[in-house]
Amino acid sequence: MIKKFFLPAMTLLTALLFVGRLISLQLLNSSYKLLSDGNAVIEKEIYPERGYIYDRKNKLLVSNQPVYDLMTIPENIAPFDTLNLANLVNISKSELKDKLVAAKRFSIKLPSVVVSQISKERNAIIQEKIWKYEGFYLQKKSLREYPNPIAANVLGYISEVNKNDMSKDGYYSLGELTGRQGVERYYEDLLRGVKGKKFLQKDRFNRIIGPYEDGVYDVKSKGGKNLILTLDSELQEYGELLLQNKRGGIVAIEPKTGEVLSLVSAPSYDPNLLVGRMRSKHYRELAIDSISKPLFDRGLQAQYAPGSPFKTLNALIALQEGVIDSNTTYRCDHGHYYARGVFMDCHCSYGTKNNLLSGIYKSCNTYFANVYRKIIDEAGDSIEEGMNKWNKHLKSFGLGDYLGYDLPVGKKGFIPDASYYDYWYEKGGWKSATVVSNAIGQGEILTTPIQMANFTATIANRGYFIKPHFLKTVSDGTYQVLHEKKKTAIDSLHFETVIEGMHQVVERGTARIARIPGIDVCGKTGTVENFIKIEGVKTQLTDHSMFIAFAPKNDPKIAIAVFVENGYWGGRWAAPIASLLIEKYLTGEVKRKWLETRMLNGSLLAEYEKPFSGQPFIINE
Amino acid sequence: MNNSILYRLDWWLVLLYLLLVTVGITNVYSATYNDTLNSIFDFSQPVGKQFLFFLVSVFLGIIVLSLNVKFFEHFANVSYFISILLLAGLFLFGKTVSGATSWYNLGGFSLQPSEIAKLFTGLMIAGLLSKFQSDLKSIRTLFKVACCLFIPAILIVLQPDPGSALVFLAFFFPLFREGLNYSYFLIFLSLLALFLITLSFQIFIAIGIICFLIFVVFFILKRLNSKIKVWPFLLVLVLSVGYALSVDYIFNNVFEQRHRDRINIVIGKEVDTRGVGYNINQSKIAIGSGGFMGKGFLEGTQTKGGFVPEQHTDYIFSTIGEEWGFLGGFFVILLFCFLILRIVISAERQNSKFRRVFSYSVAGLIFLHFFVNVGMTLGIVPTIGIPLPFISYGGSSLLAFSIMIFIHLNFDANRLNDW
Repeated sequence: MIKKFFLPAMTLLTALLFVGRLISLQLLNSSYKLLSDGNAVIEKEIYPERGYIYDRKNKLLVSNQPVYDLMTIPENIAPFDTLNLANLVNISKSELKDKLVAAKRFSIKLPSVVVSQISKERNAIIQEKIWKYEGFYLQKKSLREYPNPIAANVLGYISEVNKNDMSKDGYYSLGELTGRQGVERYYEDLLRGVKGKKFLQKDRFNRIIGPYEDGVYDVKSKGGKNLILTLDSELQEYGELLLQNKRGGIVAIEPKTGEVLSLVSAPSYDPNLLVGRMRSKHYRELAIDSISKPLFDRGLQAQYAPGSPFKTLNALIALQEGVIDSNTTYRCDHGHYYARGVFMDCHCSYGTKNNLLSGIYKSCNTYFANVYRKIIDEAGDSIEEGMNKWNKHLKSFGLGDYLGYDLPVGKKGFIPDASYYDYWYEKGGWKSATVVSNAIGQGEILTTPIQMANFTATIANRGYFIKPHFLKTVSDGTYQVLHEKKKTAIDSLHFETVIEGMHQVVERGTARIARIPGIDVCGKTGTVENFIKIEGVKTQLTDHSMFIAFAPKNDPKIAIAVFVENGYWGGRWAAPIASLLIEKYLTGEVKRKWLETRMLNGSLLAEYEKPFSGQPFIINE
Repeated sequence: MNNSILYRLDWWLVLLYLLLVTVGITNVYSATYNDTLNSIFDFSQPVGKQFLFFLVSVFLGIIVLSLNVKFFEHFANVSYFISILLLAGLFLFGKTVSGATSWYNLGGFSLQPSEIAKLFTGLMIAGLLSKFQSDLKSIRTLFKVACCLFIPAILIVLQPDPGSALVFLAFFFPLFREGLNYSYFLIFLSLLALFLITLSFQIFIAIGIICFLIFVVFFILKRLNSKIKVWPFLLVLVLSVGYALSVDYIFNNVFEQRHRDRINIVIGKEVDTRGVGYNINQSKIAIGSGGFMGKGFLEGTQTKGGFVPEQHTDYIFSTIGEEWGFLGGFFVILLFCFLILRIVISAERQNSKFRRVFSYSVAGLIFLHFFVNVGMTLGIVPTIGIPLPFISYGGSSLLAFSIMIFIHLNFDANRLNDW
């Protein structure tokens, strides 16, 4: 019997064995599924095009440019003339040979980069001849391009992510780009779009052979949004031009909207330097320049004593607190003794009697010393309370704290309060006379140019401001921010006198050079004493030149703060520059060519050399 | 003949045959799928050739069905002679593919005589055993049978294609059915065990194990029956050690490295998944990743990626496992089971010994191919390059197995005829 059943039995046993094996391989063991996917499916990310950046008039500031990498797949290379190819792509023959050896070592079947980031122009030449070189091809990549190389400090730059970025934000993977500074960084989420995913099928040599499952698992990428900035590129470009060979900052704001029309920091750099093959070399050069600090945004990060423009705020506070009115008069004798043996200079001639208006347009130190002391002494029941009220008013102008604008860098500035002086002088150890330097914007106060522009806009608005910002909208309108009005603690009726005072500054005061025919400009000059330490010795340097302004007086379209480091006095550099910018912005052209020429040709480089020359030098000469 | 053969034809078997061929063409299509392939009528592509061979097989099959059953008995010797000539002629006119001279080149198509030889040797064995005076207990008959099997097997080993030669073991099934002594089977098993022991261990350890095993068996039998003699055991011992030494010698000095590798992988001596074990590993990944339902027709990532070498030929079952999953694999195993069992059952009811032996040979050949090929793809049998009948790409194989089936169908339809 056994012989009849041998083959059938073997057949059934074999079938059982195979089915058992199939069950164990296919149903019980899921690791094979993963192994097969790891084998055969590659997930590739699709990068959307990064959003473009435009100015407020839709003028292109940042776009993307194609660059090309020369790639090779070693196994496809046919014999070719090495020297010709090396000349074509502009590298040496030995370099090309080294690259090919390295490529072969990496893989003979997978592509390697031979020459990276070949420009559009060179690519055009290579494209025509590349067919001669089998196994080589050009692969397109995208880099930032700045058709108009301005506003580097606002736009920022992008670079490859590092480990730190990747651990903070799981979105990124190696080799991706991210915004590093400026708008590129602040609006990274809008600009970068959303990556897509593509699942590709590999063969056993790791070569891509097509989409996996016809792409049903693929995720489409969403393109980055195009940003429309508040910047006026003409104004920005003109501002950068005017500050050439000087150091300083310009901030121009549209008062009604809080839109920043221009933010100039000088010296700056060409944003195209931080693109492409030479990026890291250029970046190092910019970063190690600790003297002119081109990467330091003087409009946002530089904290200066505000100087005389600050007097306008003290006037407003005094009016609001009722310690003076517009007729309050003080006598100035070329200055005054504010305490025994301590004299504060003023340029008013002996025996001048100033009321509020003339106090402002003559920038009388004596007048404001008295006004300030009145605030401290009389606004509250004690000098501490007076000091704190003063502090509170200034805070309502956005001083002494971050403004909250949409760029990633900034400084708080500083507005002292009672506890600050209590700490330094012990309680009761200070009086209004002790802190009288604050009256004229010196002393302990620190502000940044954008804060100064912002309080100028607040004055222009007669008592409110809108947080300065740089993003107007995105081109498809899908991103909106509501900007609320921030009211100051000063009633709007108090502003008219101060504004009239600022108008007189330009009409017949310290900034007559800023007059523009046909436009009522309101401004205030500042001449700011400043000190640095040279080899441990506190040394006074040439005064900073400072000017704030807005125009037109009755319907302000632009508020501006200009700061020129070591620019002697307010009327010498800052006021003309501000005035030219206002003229340019409001009328579209500059008629005062003589002033423009003087500003463009003027250089303070010799001034900046002084402290580093090692020689004794004279300031404010 | 009272009725047309069509009335007596085993249509169930025909259906099984057609199903298997359909599974084959479908999966060859998938395994060789590429952008330029869109029709099974494109005869320059593997699937087109396979389809063409199927048409030729059916055409020849109809001729086979119309022949008188007696014809095959007369034809047996001639056919065997032809196949020996074809095998010998390879050494003169053969085409060499990956080291083995196994093919004749016939203008765009290749003919593999070893596939045809299986069919004709089946007829020859059937003829030998059905002779009036033949008796499998007589040395004379055994010698004839052995010669009949060894001549083609050795010619095939010399190509060298040891895998195809191994297939001749399938004739053990009809021989056993016809009364070959069990002891031959035991001896065969012992030899296989010794072979594996020798290869698994170093030669001296292997000899030690052999001695130990024989002593253990001797002492156990001694306990049970004290009259047992020592000398047969000593003889077995000497023969075993001699066999082990010669296996060791042949393995290390006669075999080529690729043969050694193939055997080593299966006995677990090599686990190099990127090297020689690559095929089996990738095949297991392909099948394992199929899951219950499979990835779907033309959706196998392992298949499309070409990760499994020789996938449309010897590893076709991995495509089935990947794209059709457990259901597909189970279905194919079931088809083979039904096919083999149906042939065996029919053979058992056969009146003529010639036809019974031949049908049994067909069942045995299909079984051995099925066992070795699917077992190899599943990683439980050594890598032996033989096709999966009806399914693997390969015209000669499809043709040979189809004609076996059609001859069997003819025999089955005439099983009640006495002569």
